[in-house]
Amino acid sequence: MGVIRVNGLGKAYKSYSSQWSRLAEWLTPFGKPRHHRHWVLQDIHLNVGAGEAVGIIGSNGAGKSTLLKIITGTVRQSCGTVALNGRVAAMLELGMGFHPDFTGRQNVMMGGQLLGLSVSEIQKLMPEIEAFAEIGDYIDQPVRTYSSGMQMRLAFSVATAHRPDILIVDEALSVGDAYFQHKSFDRIRKFRMAGTTLLIVSHDRYAIQTVCDRAILLDSGCIRMEGRPVEVLDYYNAMMAERDHQQIQRVALADGNIATVSGTGEAYITSVRITDQRGQALQSIEVGQLLRLEVRIKARSVLDRVVLGFMITDRLGQCIYGINTHRLEQPIMDMAANEEATFRFDFPARLGKGSYAVALSLSREDSHIDKNYEWRDNALMLHVFNTKQENFVGCNWLDAKVSIERRLPNQSTGDIPA
Amino acid sequence: MNLTITRTLWNYRGFIFGSVKREFQSRYRNSLLGAAWTVLQPLAMITVYTVVFSELMRARLPGIDRAYAYSMFLCAGLLTWGLFAEILQRGQNVFLDNGNMIKKLNFPRICLPVITVISALINFSITFTLFILFLLAVHSFPGTIALYTLPVLAIQIALAASIGTIAGVLNVFFRDVGQFLNILLQFWFWFTPIVYSVATLPRWARPWIGFNPAAALAQAYQAIYVYGKTPDWHGLWPVALLAAVLCVLALLLFRRHAGDMVDEL
Repeated sequence: MGVIRVNGLGKAYKSYSSQWSRLAEWLTPFGKPRHHRHWVLQDIHLNVGAGEAVGIIGSNGAGKSTLLKIITGTVRQSCGTVALNGRVAAMLELGMGFHPDFTGRQNVMMGGQLLGLSVSEIQKLMPEIEAFAEIGDYIDQPVRTYSSGMQMRLAFSVATAHRPDILIVDEALSVGDAYFQHKSFDRIRKFRMAGTTLLIVSHDRYAIQTVCDRAILLDSGCIRMEGRPVEVLDYYNAMMAERDHQQIQRVALADGNIATVSGTGEAYITSVRITDQRGQALQSIEVGQLLRLEVRIKARSVLDRVVLGFMITDRLGQCIYGINTHRLEQPIMDMAANEEATFRFDFPARLGKGSYAVALSLSREDSHIDKNYEWRDNALMLHVFNTKQENFVGCNWLDAKVSIERRLPNQSTGDIPA
Repeated sequence: MNLTITRTLWNYRGFIFGSVKREFQSRYRNSLLGAAWTVLQPLAMITVYTVVFSELMRARLPGIDRAYAYSMFLCAGLLTWGLFAEILQRGQNVFLDNGNMIKKLNFPRICLPVITVISALINFSITFTLFILFLLAVHSFPGTIALYTLPVLAIQIALAASIGTIAGVLNVFFRDVGQFLNILLQFWFWFTPIVYSVATLPRWARPWIGFNPAAALAQAYQAIYVYGKTPDWHGLWPVALLAAVLCVLALLLFRRHAGDMVDEL
């Protein structure tokens, strides 16, 4: 139960030069085709095992939603096969095909019936669906009066009222507010643990990294890469910055992680190290210790502006801190060809214990999207230990101080409490 | 093919009847008179036609001199035509109107025309029941002969559902079909002996009426409810055959293009 097999799948939309040529094609069944095919998905092979969670990422128009629609069966493929087994719940786009004039309750009925539930089953589940969606009295209002977030809440509550064998979720969840996103991911995680196969499309890095075992990168209708979420996301990130003459390079690191390096190479990073204030290289870091991040770069050609930035992320890929020399108002102007520069960032390691990755970006402006000389994921790892400070939790050492004021009950006899 | 369709429809019966119910509810949701409008609309039409045509037609309904004769004649044809036209008109838009759902959910699309037919039938049964009550009140109910309505109705529904589904599929690819069908329905109505009887037509025009399948149906209803006679089965056989052929054609067309349809919505 819960296996998805996609084999040699392709989808092409027919496009006709005019309605008349379509008519001509309809009327001459054995004549030559008068349309040309516009392929949006090609040669997709995908196997998702029972209980596995796979995330699909890719830029807009890469074919992610079309792929999910074909897997759920709303859109028919042009070639290839799709095989699913088990009960499927899908949330494609917003609102699950809700009818705007029907009330939320009626739409829940309809949605439930389409998922193959009987009226009595839905009625039994209704209180739970209402409670999970938390839309209050709106449940008896027509869906057209709902906000997009409310529609999503209701749709998610219906689709997941019963644990499905396969759950397919398109970007829909991103419409929800932080509270509901959290709640829905909790439910998704619970389903995962109970053995539900998961296939999601998301632009939310965090969601993919925390929920998925595997990620797939779709690029203009083809699978460009498949692998561990962190690696695929890094690659995707680099791809986003990809412009002409850019190259993406993947370097295996000693600790088994994979660093992705991309950029035009007009300027490049020659060395990175983390040291203490005296310039001694550090293997491990104490909480609160003063650190120095030293980065050397070299320009290949003449560059009018160079900005170096670094970003510290935790093991889930969440950004803890990031800064660059643009934001520090110290960009290098007019760098000569073959000129070298050394940057030293001094900062205290106000981090919780654990491992952190440092990513570096060498660009022209604030963002590496604009002109990316070099982007380097996993340039360095920081291993933070806590042997000296109080035993706090979390990823931030806020160095809280406490003062306590105590007061004994008043002993004087004349004081009668009201 | 038919077996799988029947099984599919059976599996989705909850959805089908639920949709019919919701459609009925939502249609009158924000209205004060609610379901009364289902009755008022044909009633208004009947009144208008009665006022306009009864004087013209009185002498021309051969062998009938009862009170309300023309109204009965009119009701028999008009109410059933109403069912026919409703199935056709909603059938041609059934896939376009439900595009939102078709694009987002995976369910057998064949449910949609079935929902259309059933909800049209419910509207029809409301008005037709009132018509029967009226006949009983004026002591003109034809008795057991009225049972012949059922086979005639079955032929008519099959015909309407087939044409409606064909138009519905075609309309997704060529929106002209919907526009054209609306015009066609206007002409079709007036080329069918509903407000007039065939006897009033010029002699040369009468044989041509035989080519209109809706005419045979309207005449069958009029035979039952105005004259209290069994319908002319010879005239109905070709219509039944046509309905069967169109039904197969509709299923084939639907089958072939159901996949492409989503791409066009």
